[in-house]
Amino acid sequence: MPTEKSDELITAKGLSKLYGDFVAVNGIDFSVHKGESFGFLGPNGAGKSTIMRIIAATLTRTSGEITVLGKDPADRGPEIRAHLGVVPQQDNLDQALSVTDNLYIYGRYFGLSRKFINAKIEELLDFAQLTEKRDAKVEMLSGGMKRRLTIARALISEPEILMLDEPTTGLDPQARHILWDRLFRLKEQGVTLLITTHYMDEAEQLCDRLMVLDKGSIMAEDSPAGLIKKYVTKEVLEVRFGSERNAEVSEQLGALCARIEVLPDRILMYADDAEKVLEEIHKSGLHPVTSLVRRSSLEDVFLRLTGRTLVE
Amino acid sequence: MITSAAVAIAEARIGRRGESVYSGRARTIIERSYLAFRSSTWIVVATGFLEPVLYLVSFGFGVGKLIGKIEVAPGHFVSYAAFIAPALLATSAMNGAIYDATWNVFFKLRFDRVYQGMLATSLGPLDVALGEIGWALLRGMLYAIAFMSILGGVGLITTPWALLAIPCAVLISFGFAAVGMAVTTYMKSFEQMNLINIVLLPMFLFSGSFYPLSIYPGWLQAFIKVLPLWHGVALIRSVSLGIFSAALIPHILYFVVMIIFGLYFTTRRLTLLFMR
Repeated sequence: MPTEKSDELITAKGLSKLYGDFVAVNGIDFSVHKGESFGFLGPNGAGKSTIMRIIAATLTRTSGEITVLGKDPADRGPEIRAHLGVVPQQDNLDQALSVTDNLYIYGRYFGLSRKFINAKIEELLDFAQLTEKRDAKVEMLSGGMKRRLTIARALISEPEILMLDEPTTGLDPQARHILWDRLFRLKEQGVTLLITTHYMDEAEQLCDRLMVLDKGSIMAEDSPAGLIKKYVTKEVLEVRFGSERNAEVSEQLGALCARIEVLPDRILMYADDAEKVLEEIHKSGLHPVTSLVRRSSLEDVFLRLTGRTLVE
Repeated sequence: MITSAAVAIAEARIGRRGESVYSGRARTIIERSYLAFRSSTWIVVATGFLEPVLYLVSFGFGVGKLIGKIEVAPGHFVSYAAFIAPALLATSAMNGAIYDATWNVFFKLRFDRVYQGMLATSLGPLDVALGEIGWALLRGMLYAIAFMSILGGVGLITTPWALLAIPCAVLISFGFAAVGMAVTTYMKSFEQMNLINIVLLPMFLFSGSFYPLSIYPGWLQAFIKVLPLWHGVALIRSVSLGIFSAALIPHILYFVVMIIFGLYFTTRRLTLLFMR
């Protein structure tokens, strides 16, 4: 991973954003390097979108420092946005225009020439798999197509940084996989990706490095594998004794594993060898209603760090 | 670092005045409106134009038969149709501008999130304000030119000076579009939007459009003269009859002030709504 100072595209120190008394972002430090795929993982209200908007110069910070490509978003807004491709959480495609016109006019907003844009449109329609829909009105597109068009639109200016706020929220599994594939290709082309998500599978799939956020503060920061290694065991055993008994047996189970987490509907037991733990439970004469052995995920990391699940 | 065309374009503006709010590309916003307009229904445009024509036919040639000549300036008498025509032109310019600058802006602002999209690019809020207001005034101008053609066709244009009514109509459109958009940025619901119509209709009926203000008591005259449409009506009425005097200057200044205020508040509001 590149770590030289010159490779830092975004640097934040003590970045804070307050809305009245409410602290949306609480004095965080981070940096994003050229070519990496950096993710903000956290539940709704963690401050992810706020950070994205501060970077894109559409929200001003309350305090702290931030530079994007060496410039301060507070006073160099239009210039910084010329470097960025922004894919917002809620699609804001131009409903009055066709697919092609959406791409065309966005290029015009950046001041690009018609010749440049028209050549780029063909490339992007192909990339977004929308060539057949080129003359369709936006409202005729499916959710997945709209997202791909929003991404294609963000790429019209050939941005160095592509910012995606919850890119696959609300999409069906197939549409998500198509989208991930497209994002992967961009990453291969060297585009720096900045992603917010509350889906751990998405974070695991797409991000080289992750920042786990909760209530505006950084809980942890590392690669997805690094976070799992640092905060949780290799495997997890999930057992259910029925909601009445879960709490009751938890004390007895605690001794059998590295760490235990009692949720209302199930008990999570962390161990490097979860099968062995399950065997021991059976030996001790306890019989869970259901049991499941799985690899640890970022969800477990989040639970460990905050005591809450990501998607509630 | 490889610099993209978009970055080079943005960097070329470094050091210009207002670089954080304006990128010099308001025309691309007008281009967007044109693209959207191409695929919209022409009937909406036609009805906006038709309204003053219907008033002209009904009042000018209908009611006008019952009314004699009207004195517009000392010793200067005109037919009733010729009296109301300039007022209808001013109203037409107002309506054309207001339609785009209020309802259309309201939808883009509150529902379509079009401005968020625009402001995620290297455009600034003043580009958006100027572009949207510019489009609205183009519509006002289109209505004014069409209405002038009708007036010419029915013989209500008596002096070549009347052609100056078109730039005056553009000025009126610009003023109403700028203030209209600024006001719309404060609106949150359809009910509030309807307030705009509630203000505009009586202003149209009572701003000296259909009879001289002299029939009102003094205090009411003074009140009407504070309203923008009266200035528009008075300006176009004088110009289209070829009557020029220093009295026209306050009318022009009134709209210049509206334009400056409107642009300033629209830019400020867009910044507050989308960039804070």
